[in-house]
Amino acid sequence: MDYNVLWFILIAVLFTGFFFLEGFDYGVGILLPFISGREKDRSQVISSIAPVWDGNEVWMITAGGALFAAFPHVYATMFSTFYIALFLMLMALILRGAAFELRHHHESLLWQQTWDKAIFIGSALPALLWGVAMTDLLIGLPISKDMIYKGAFLDLLSPASVVGGIAFVSLFTFHGANFLALKLEKDRLHLTIQKLGLMGGKIAFISLALLTLLIHQKVNLALHPITVVLFLLALVSLLLGYLSMKHRNELRAFILTGLSIVCISAGFFSALFPRLMVSSLNPDWSLTIRNAASTEYTLSIMTIAALCLVPVVLIYQGWTYWVFRHRIKAGQDHANY
Amino acid sequence: MDVVSLSRWQFAITTVYHFLFVPVTLGLTLFLALLETCYVTTNRSHWKDSCRKLIKFFGNIFLINFAMGVVTGIVQEFHFGMNWSEYSRFMGDIFGAPLAMEALTAFFLESTFLGIWVFGWDKLPEKLHCACIWLVAIGSNLSSFWILVANSFMQHPVGYSIENGRAVMTDFTALITNPYVIGELSHTIFSGIATAGFLLLVICAWKIARDYASRNAFMKILKGVSIYLFIGIMGTMGTGHMHTQYLAEAQPMKLSSMEALWETENPAPFAVVADINQDARKNDMEIKIPGMFSFMLYNKPEGAVQGINQLQKAAEAQYGPGNYTPDVSGLFWSFRLMIACGSAMAGIAFIFGGISFVKPELLVRFKCLLAAMPLLLPLPFLANSAGWFIAEAGRQPWIVVGLQKTADAVSPNLTPGNVLLTMTGFTLIYLILAVAAFYAACRVIRTTTVQSADQERGNL
Repeated sequence: MDYNVLWFILIAVLFTGFFFLEGFDYGVGILLPFISGREKDRSQVISSIAPVWDGNEVWMITAGGALFAAFPHVYATMFSTFYIALFLMLMALILRGAAFELRHHHESLLWQQTWDKAIFIGSALPALLWGVAMTDLLIGLPISKDMIYKGAFLDLLSPASVVGGIAFVSLFTFHGANFLALKLEKDRLHLTIQKLGLMGGKIAFISLALLTLLIHQKVNLALHPITVVLFLLALVSLLLGYLSMKHRNELRAFILTGLSIVCISAGFFSALFPRLMVSSLNPDWSLTIRNAASTEYTLSIMTIAALCLVPVVLIYQGWTYWVFRHRIKAGQDHANY
Repeated sequence: MDVVSLSRWQFAITTVYHFLFVPVTLGLTLFLALLETCYVTTNRSHWKDSCRKLIKFFGNIFLINFAMGVVTGIVQEFHFGMNWSEYSRFMGDIFGAPLAMEALTAFFLESTFLGIWVFGWDKLPEKLHCACIWLVAIGSNLSSFWILVANSFMQHPVGYSIENGRAVMTDFTALITNPYVIGELSHTIFSGIATAGFLLLVICAWKIARDYASRNAFMKILKGVSIYLFIGIMGTMGTGHMHTQYLAEAQPMKLSSMEALWETENPAPFAVVADINQDARKNDMEIKIPGMFSFMLYNKPEGAVQGINQLQKAAEAQYGPGNYTPDVSGLFWSFRLMIACGSAMAGIAFIFGGISFVKPELLVRFKCLLAAMPLLLPLPFLANSAGWFIAEAGRQPWIVVGLQKTADAVSPNLTPGNVLLTMTGFTLIYLILAVAAFYAACRVIRTTTVQSADQERGNL
């Protein structure tokens, strides 16, 4: 296996890890305003992700950095293509990060509810945009021979990509609900969480099935049997996850939604391989792991760094989840810091 | 305005805003790590208790600041691809690596262990908890290493060759041992200590003057804060001096523009003030100290310093016709602003340090002055912004000195309307957040009481 293939896999792993981890904390953010109007409940919900959300977000930053280092042309084309979309995502992420920190510094209803809205937007919008972007990357965008995007902002929105966005939002919501059900003490909130989660699960299942069909219209999935298997696997685990949540087996439900996120992400990347961005104008103009890559020297150095560091990161991030493994009791929140 | 100027403005706004928070993060984590080490190792029970309260108090201020730094840091990383895609294409082989390394080695470290530190007070043994804040401090300062490796390449390219119109890395070791990194990194880390130290000093002064219940605790820590600030300022000045001397060989154009030295002179004078006429390429008026510039560079009152006009001719000969002169008056005045702010901070640190060691009870007699200290808080932030203005405006018209011009680096698919929209959006959200964060920090400072143990006993 050469460096280019290895880095394609590494980037796929980083994005998959990002969708899995940030998936549930986006989900928690999306659910926040709907779970309860009481401040005590809300700060309990937030404290389920408070110690870990920042570390999860670093997966995205690292995926971006890895893309820059390994496939600079993809970084350049992708980020300038999604210019307005990324602007919206950045605004959302700025609000979200600030909100987690600032909301507990002033105990007024207006102040806290404003930041809760920021957390909701800051979680829902990036989830939506990542769904749109992943679909766009696969079904293709008008990219010219010199790797420059020739469309407008609205060309990024097609029926398929919009459904992709909805699929991501609902899937993350479901995933987040399962996470919350695992983390919070079993009390009255659980009923609401379950109801909301099941609703997200239903929408996720339908939109994901629809997305597969819409993608098939543009990309002949018969040529990508692995992708078809992965997408089917995602649908099956989503269905099982739904049933598990219904029967209140929270851990199994969480693992299953996580599995379906992993399958979808892997499905996208397996259909892309060896391309990273598909040109709808001419298949030869797509950005691939060959024409968009850094030199072998840079890739070799980054490979050594990644192989040494990624396991260490995984160990200490895993340790965080171990430290905060216990369920959160009511009243145990940031104010106690 | 065109896409290039708008993109430059956007990047400048984000960078300056980002770097209001970064130095505080760098210096404050280190301070918190030192303070918690004291907390863990001390046996004096009355000090231990107030020490923990102080850590939590400063910790809260740190967290607000850290959040602001993080959210704007992501914007910066994305800007390279969004607005400067041709730069990313040209430089990606070299520039991407330190950015990815920064995420892998530093961002994971600081974000993960900060989460544990904040929420793990009751979950971890004391020493392990203290190790977490040390890891955050190491992570933050490590991230400045990687980003300055990247920045140093733009200032002074090393370890590369040009292949098929792209810069490619040929020597990773040369990249990270770039002599430019040493100057930038040491200057940045010390200025972080100075910035955080000054912020701490202002907070202590205000608390001593205005919060009777917390007075003892803050009096106790004032000595430490003064020393910390003093180390920061002395270090910043020393490394700044060293780096400026190095600029004479690495970036003579930036250096001569900082001093508005248009013609080569030996010995070169130092202009204290000057009326700079960039169009006529000379100073209409100047007050100068003869030989001083040469002395600052070579530690002796002689030695030639190249003038801007000679450097411009040399650049034209090397790179073809064009304007290779940066904004001289901007650099000249930024440099003086930076020095003035730094000197003022040094003076304040000296006074406070002296009093807190010799006669601390004297402080309480000047409560009005202490309470007015927050008015001086802009000093370190002005100095930091001016410093980065010199570093980045001083390499214009290049984005990577000698390799790529800023004008050739923007994304070709953008319209001025696009960039104007995003610039307005970012600026607005930065302003709103600055107000919110400042409000929250002030609330923390006003409402938190840090009683020391002996005081509590006295109250009984």
